[in-house]
Amino acid sequence: MKSKERTAFILFCILPTLLIFSVFIVYPVTQVFIKSMFSSSGFGGNQEFIGLDNFVELFKDDVFLKSLKNTGFLMLVVPVITLFLSLVFASILSFGELREKHLYRTIFFFPSILSFVVIGILWAFIYHPNMGIINEVLNWMGLDQFALTWLGSKDTVLWAIALVMVWQAVGYYMVMYLAGMDSIPRELYEAASLDGANAVQQFFKITVPMLWEIIRITIIFSINGVLNISFVLVIVMTSGGPNNSSQVALTYMYKQAFVNANFGYAMAIAVIVFCVSLLLSFISNKLTEREIH
Amino acid sequence: MSGNKGVKQRGSKIVVRIVLLLATFIFVYPLIWNVIASLKTNKEIMSSPWGLPAALNFDNFIRAFTESSMGEFIINSFFVTGLSMLLLLILVIPTAYALSRFDFKGRKTLHNFYMAGLFIQPVYIMIPLFLMMNNLEMLDNRFWLSLVYAAGALPFSVYLLTGFMRSISKEFEESAFIDGSGYFRTLISIIIPLARPGILTVVIFNFFTFWNEYALALVLISSDEKKTIPVGLANLMEVQRFATDWAALFAGLVLVLLPTITLYALTQKKLTEGMSMGGLKG
Repeated sequence: MKSKERTAFILFCILPTLLIFSVFIVYPVTQVFIKSMFSSSGFGGNQEFIGLDNFVELFKDDVFLKSLKNTGFLMLVVPVITLFLSLVFASILSFGELREKHLYRTIFFFPSILSFVVIGILWAFIYHPNMGIINEVLNWMGLDQFALTWLGSKDTVLWAIALVMVWQAVGYYMVMYLAGMDSIPRELYEAASLDGANAVQQFFKITVPMLWEIIRITIIFSINGVLNISFVLVIVMTSGGPNNSSQVALTYMYKQAFVNANFGYAMAIAVIVFCVSLLLSFISNKLTEREIH
Repeated sequence: MSGNKGVKQRGSKIVVRIVLLLATFIFVYPLIWNVIASLKTNKEIMSSPWGLPAALNFDNFIRAFTESSMGEFIINSFFVTGLSMLLLLILVIPTAYALSRFDFKGRKTLHNFYMAGLFIQPVYIMIPLFLMMNNLEMLDNRFWLSLVYAAGALPFSVYLLTGFMRSISKEFEESAFIDGSGYFRTLISIIIPLARPGILTVVIFNFFTFWNEYALALVLISSDEKKTIPVGLANLMEVQRFATDWAALFAGLVLVLLPTITLYALTQKKLTEGMSMGGLKG
């Protein structure tokens, strides 16, 4: 009797959630993979199984290849800069013995809770050629020749967007690293100090190895985080321009689906992006594998 | 010798402070600039990007409400955020309770199933979600949007809350069972109050996600009067590129930032604690 009641209660607890999660998350995930093999221009009706044709087409599509290259660029450059700066700031705040360090923690973390749309709009104005702060500062310093149309030139646009992503995420990873650093025994640093190791040597010989497992996790977080924020920033800041030089794979996917109604083609893009991010996560995981001391 | 070292240390401390102040400026200035710009006239924004306004122009905010429907968007965002949160809690609390407290067949599989969901980005599934919800006539509906948000928030919330519930001592519910309290009552009157800090963490984390969400709201909602504020602002940005009522746009940005800043000021400590917990165990 009691066990029957228990079973009923467990089912009551897990089934509604499982049902909703399956319908709204799991089913769409399976659909991405299945529909990527259909020539579907959308709403019901005319769908035809075409195997891998969408994928073959994609690798002949110059705009897609460009967008994939841009995505790859961001997935490599942004995590490297972000995580390095996060580590440096975390070290400074963990070992600097500054009384105001909690204030910095709060301030640096703040951008990571802002809406990507708000961030995109603000930075579009910071980069604005006439009224943006960056060019204003350059003019003021007499460096007019470096004042550029940051988002309007194909040479600078991708770096400009990458910089915003770094700005947004540095504090987030810094907080993660701080938690790890606070648990490193201070005796290690004292001993290293006595042996004559300077701050930079201590950073690379003690801090980085001790945090290695956290660093590995943050690399994967950061690679995948790029996908989400780049989608919004590109839509808000540049619409992929100029001449697709800031187009990323997921904005191109969005365009194929909701502008051109090429749903099958768009889902093939989603599959490729998913596989690339999984592959990069896997590679970074393999490359960063270390013996546990 | 040691005096020399002291000087050197003080010197490097000054360098560190300068670096930190510079970084603070870079992190904070865009927001301060935004607030100042929201009080300027359009002419002032264009002619002196650095300058302060000659007078405080609160009519930018009035225009944001009257001409750009910011008020409507904000109400929609509050509604969707609140409803998503309610649905999420109704779903996640019983699930986390069952997963953390009862040993049943398939428990581990189910837990791993939700954890695998951590790898699914909403942008990946926006197209099939759109097509499915189109077939089921669920598009352009704030309730279904909220349910999608709640479903998407499940993996991380299950992860946080099961972790938290595991740390609650079992004695409380055992004595409740002995006193004759049923499973359901024990959940409501023993577990939920005890798990309140964990539930609060779930609420704080997801508030920012729900309030800021853009991609799904963009494709699942079509009519202007149902849009949430990130979508409304992105549209406005598009329009203002040509119409140049930037002051109203900045006023709109300030309006979205207010709830975010308020909640952050109130919960900042809990947020960073929860985050380092999540990061370390993830």
